[in-house]
Amino acid sequence: MTRLTTFNIVSLTLGFAFLYIPMLILVIYSFNASQLVTVWGGFSTKWYGELLRNEAMIDAAWVTMKVAFFSSTLATVLGTMAAYVLVRRGRFYGRTLFSGMIYAPLVMPEVITGLSLLLLFIAIGLDRGVLTIVLAHTTFSMCYVSVVVSSRLVSFDDSLEEAALDLGASPFEAFRLVTLPIIAPAVISGWLLAFTLSLDDLVIASFTAGPSATTLPIKIFSSVRLGVSPEINALSTIIIAIVTVGVLTASIVSKRQITRRLREEAQAG
Amino acid sequence: MRRLLVGVPFVWLLVLFLVPFGIVLKISLSDIALAIPPYTPTLDLTEGWAGIRDFFSRLDFENYVFLTSDDLYWKAYLSSLQIAVIATICTLLVGFPVAYGMARAPEEWRPALLMLVILPFWTSFLIRVYAWIGILSTEGFLNQFLLWTGIISEPLTILNTNTAVYIGIVYTYLPFMILPIYATLERMDASLLEAAEDLGCSRMQAFWLITVPLARPGVVAGCFLVFIPTLGEFVIPSLLGGSDTLMIGKVLWEEFFNNRDWPVASAVAIILLLILIVPIVLFQRNQQINKEAEQ
Amino acid sequence: MAAAGKENVFAPWKDDAAVPLIRIDQVSKRFGDFTAIDKISLNIYPQEFFALLGPSGCGKTTLMRMLAGFEKPSGGVISIDGQDMVTVPPNKRAVNMMFQSYALFPHLSVWDNIAFGLRRDGLDKDRVAARVEEMLKLVQLGQFARRKPHQISGGQRQRVALARSLAKAPKLLLLDEPLGALDKKLRQETQFELMDIQEKTGTTFVIVTHDQEEAMTVASRVAVMDQGKLIQVETPQVIYEQPNSVYVADFIGDVNLIPGSVSELGGGAALAWAEGKPPLLGQPGASLAKGQNATFAIRPEKIAISAEEPQDRNNRVQGKILEIGYLGNLSTYHVELPEGPVIKCEVGNRSRVERRDFTWEDEVWLSWSDTAGLVLAR
Repeated sequence: MTRLTTFNIVSLTLGFAFLYIPMLILVIYSFNASQLVTVWGGFSTKWYGELLRNEAMIDAAWVTMKVAFFSSTLATVLGTMAAYVLVRRGRFYGRTLFSGMIYAPLVMPEVITGLSLLLLFIAIGLDRGVLTIVLAHTTFSMCYVSVVVSSRLVSFDDSLEEAALDLGASPFEAFRLVTLPIIAPAVISGWLLAFTLSLDDLVIASFTAGPSATTLPIKIFSSVRLGVSPEINALSTIIIAIVTVGVLTASIVSKRQITRRLREEAQAG
Repeated sequence: MRRLLVGVPFVWLLVLFLVPFGIVLKISLSDIALAIPPYTPTLDLTEGWAGIRDFFSRLDFENYVFLTSDDLYWKAYLSSLQIAVIATICTLLVGFPVAYGMARAPEEWRPALLMLVILPFWTSFLIRVYAWIGILSTEGFLNQFLLWTGIISEPLTILNTNTAVYIGIVYTYLPFMILPIYATLERMDASLLEAAEDLGCSRMQAFWLITVPLARPGVVAGCFLVFIPTLGEFVIPSLLGGSDTLMIGKVLWEEFFNNRDWPVASAVAIILLLILIVPIVLFQRNQQINKEAEQ
Repeated sequence: MAAAGKENVFAPWKDDAAVPLIRIDQVSKRFGDFTAIDKISLNIYPQEFFALLGPSGCGKTTLMRMLAGFEKPSGGVISIDGQDMVTVPPNKRAVNMMFQSYALFPHLSVWDNIAFGLRRDGLDKDRVAARVEEMLKLVQLGQFARRKPHQISGGQRQRVALARSLAKAPKLLLLDEPLGALDKKLRQETQFELMDIQEKTGTTFVIVTHDQEEAMTVASRVAVMDQGKLIQVETPQVIYEQPNSVYVADFIGDVNLIPGSVSELGGGAALAWAEGKPPLLGQPGASLAKGQNATFAIRPEKIAISAEEPQDRNNRVQGKILEIGYLGNLSTYHVELPEGPVIKCEVGNRSRVERRDFTWEDEVWLSWSDTAGLVLAR
C-alpha cells in the first residue's frame, strides 16, 4: 500500500536526517585541517596519518580484532549447538534453565554482566587479559548467535534430516551434510553479529580487561571523555566506512541470490 | 554425541553466566574490607562444615540497608526510571512517523529504507554517542547553526545535561523502535483501510481506529526494546550527561571502579536486576501473545 | 517367493505358505495420554502395493514412521524379513521413505540427491554413477541431473524423491502422501507411473494416503484405519463392495445409510426401517443378530430411478426430488422420502441429448436389487 503524503515524506526526511547527519559531520570533520574540531580549517588527511602513527591505538585495534575473531568463532559454535538443542531436541532435564540462560544475557544490563564475570575471574584467580575478554564476549554473544540460528532452524523442514537418516547417514553426517549447509547463511550472520558485538563492546571489556589488554572501545572511551579529538573522528570514519561497505555488500549479495532463485523457480513452474 | 551437544553450551552458560551471578549475590551480602579481594567473608573450604556455617552466618543485608539509607541510590534508581520512561516516549514519537512513512513508501524503496535503518545498528555504538559531543557542546554545530539563523543570541548549554542524554538515547535506540513498528505496519492488509474509508471513516479516523490499534504489538515491543537496555545504560549518561545526571549504571560503575566498594556495587546490581524483572516478564508475555496471535 | 494362489492372481495373503515381508504384531504407540496406534497386527507380503488409508490423525503416518524407524513402538513387535526392527535405527534399515514434502536437499543437485544414499553405503564412484544414471532413466529425468530442486517443477521433484528413495534398492519403500502436492490431472498420471515403477522394480510399497481414490487405484490391498485401529484390510474391490462396517462404507465413496432394525436373517437380511413399510432386503454383514439395530447401506449408482412403480423389485421406495446435480458424466438426484431419509441416486448420462424426464418436486420411485445393498451391524 503506497501513500506517500507530504507528512510521510517530511517524517522520512527528518528521521533519516537525524540518523545520518551526526555521522556525516564526523566524517567531514575527520578531514579538517584545524585542531579545533568544530571549526573548519581546510581539507587535510593529516589526522589519518597521526592515527596510523599512534601505536597504542594500533595495538588496541589489534587486540580488539583478535578478541572479536576468537570470541565470535567460539560463540558461533556454542550458539549453534544451543540453538540446535533448543529447537530440535524435545524435552530434557534442565531445559527451562537452559533456555532461560540463553535469553537472559540478551536483556541483562552490560554493567551487571561485566561485574559478575569480573568477580568470577577474580574468584577463580584467572589473570585478566585477552583470554578473559574472549570468555566474556563469547558468553553474551553466543546467546545472540543462538537466537539468529534458532529462528532459521524453526522454519527448517525436519524431514530433510530424517531423509538423510533414512538414506543411511549417521546423525552426525545428517547434520554435517544436510542441516549445516542449509542453515549456513544464518550461522554466518550469527558470526558477523557476534563479531560486531565484540568489536563494539565497551562496558563488559572494561570490567574484564586487565592492564595488559586494552581494546579499541576502551581506548576511544578514555580519550573521548576528555572531549572531541580529530584523531577519533578519523578512526570513526574508518569504522563507519568498513561497516558500510560490509553491510552493503552482504545485502547486495543476498538480494542477488534471492532474485536469481525466484527467477529460476518461476522458470521451473 | 547428544549429551555433548546439550552439555557443552549448558556447562558454559552455567559457569560463565549463572555462577558469576551467584557470586554477585554472595558479595552483595558481604562486607567491604581492606584486603584482596576487598570483601569479607571469603569461603574457606579447608575448614569443612564449620567453615561453611561460619561463612553463611557472616552474610547479612547490611549493604541493602545502606542503599536505602543513602538517598543517592534510591534517587539514582528513580532518576534512571524517569529517564528511561521519558526517553522511550520520545523515541516512540520520533520512530513511529518514520516507521509509518517507510511502510507507506513505494514497495521498491522499502528494502533500501530498511537498510538505512539497520546500517547505524551495525556501526559502533560508542562512535554514534561520541558524534553528539561535537554537535551539542557550547561551541558545537547545533549552537553554531542556531546562532547563525538568529533563533538564539546566546549559546545553549545542552551537553552534560539530561537533555543531551535524552537525545543520545533517542538517537542510538531509534532503530530498535522503528524495526518492530515497521514490521507490523508493513504486514497490515491494505484493504482494511479501504474498508474503513468505504464504511465512512475519514483518513484521519481510519488511522486512529485501524492503523494505530493494529500497530500496537510493534509499538509495545519497540518500547520494551528501548526501555530495558536504557535502564542500565552507562555509556550515554557518562559521555553526554552531566555530574547531576543520575543513572544507576553509572553509579554502579563508579561504586566499583572509583570507590572500589564491591559489596555495595553488587547490591546495586541485584536491585537493578529486580527492577528489570517486571518489564522483562511483561515483554516476554507480549512476545508470546504476538506469536500466538500470528499462528 | 510371491506364491500366487490358484490361477495367476497375485494374492499372497490368501496363501498360508507365503512368508510375509513385514510382520506387525500387537504394535501400540502412545504419546503421553494419547494412543496413536492401538494393538495393530498386520502382515504385508513381498511385492505388495499396500495402502494405509484413513483420515488425518488416524495413526497411519505413525505406523509408517515406525516402519521407517523414526518412532519406536510403545509395545509389540515389528519385524522386516524376519529381523526384529524395534532397536534398529533408521539409518541402518533396508527401508527407504519418500517424504510428503519430498525432503529434497535444497543445496544438492538432482544427481547428488539421488547419489546421497549410495555414497553413505560407501559405494565406489563408478557404481554410484551407474546407479544414479539408472535411476534417472527410470524416472525420465536425465536432462535435469545438474539442476537444483528449486529449478525443477513440482512433478519433477516428486520423481526425484522417488528415484532417491529407490536408489538403494530397499526391500521396502514407504511413501507418505506421495502425490498430495500435485494437481489432480498430474496426480492421476503419476498414479499409473508409480504402479508401473513398482512392478518394474518388484519393490514392496507401503503408501500412506487420505485420498481413497488414490488408494483404490494403486493398491493391491487397502487397510482402512480409524483412531489407531485397523478397521478393514482387503483388496480395493472388497473394500468397496463389501465394507465390513458403516465407517468403511461411508469413508470409501458415496453411500446412502438408512437406520433400522434387523427383522429377518437368513441367506439375506431384512431391515425394518419405517412403520408400515416393507423391510429393505440386502446382504448381511458380519455379526448380525435378529432384532438388533443396524444400518442399510446402498451405493447411489446401484439405485434406479423411475416414474412408475417398478413391480419386479422388492426394494422400492417413493419420494420427491429435492435436488438435481448435473456432473457431466452422470446426474445425481436427491430424493426425500416421506419417512424422513434423503436418498442420493446416480444415473449415467449415456446419450448426449437426454430427455429431461424428471424435475424438482417430481414424485419418483427408487429401486434396487436384493443383493445391491448391505445390512451392517456397526
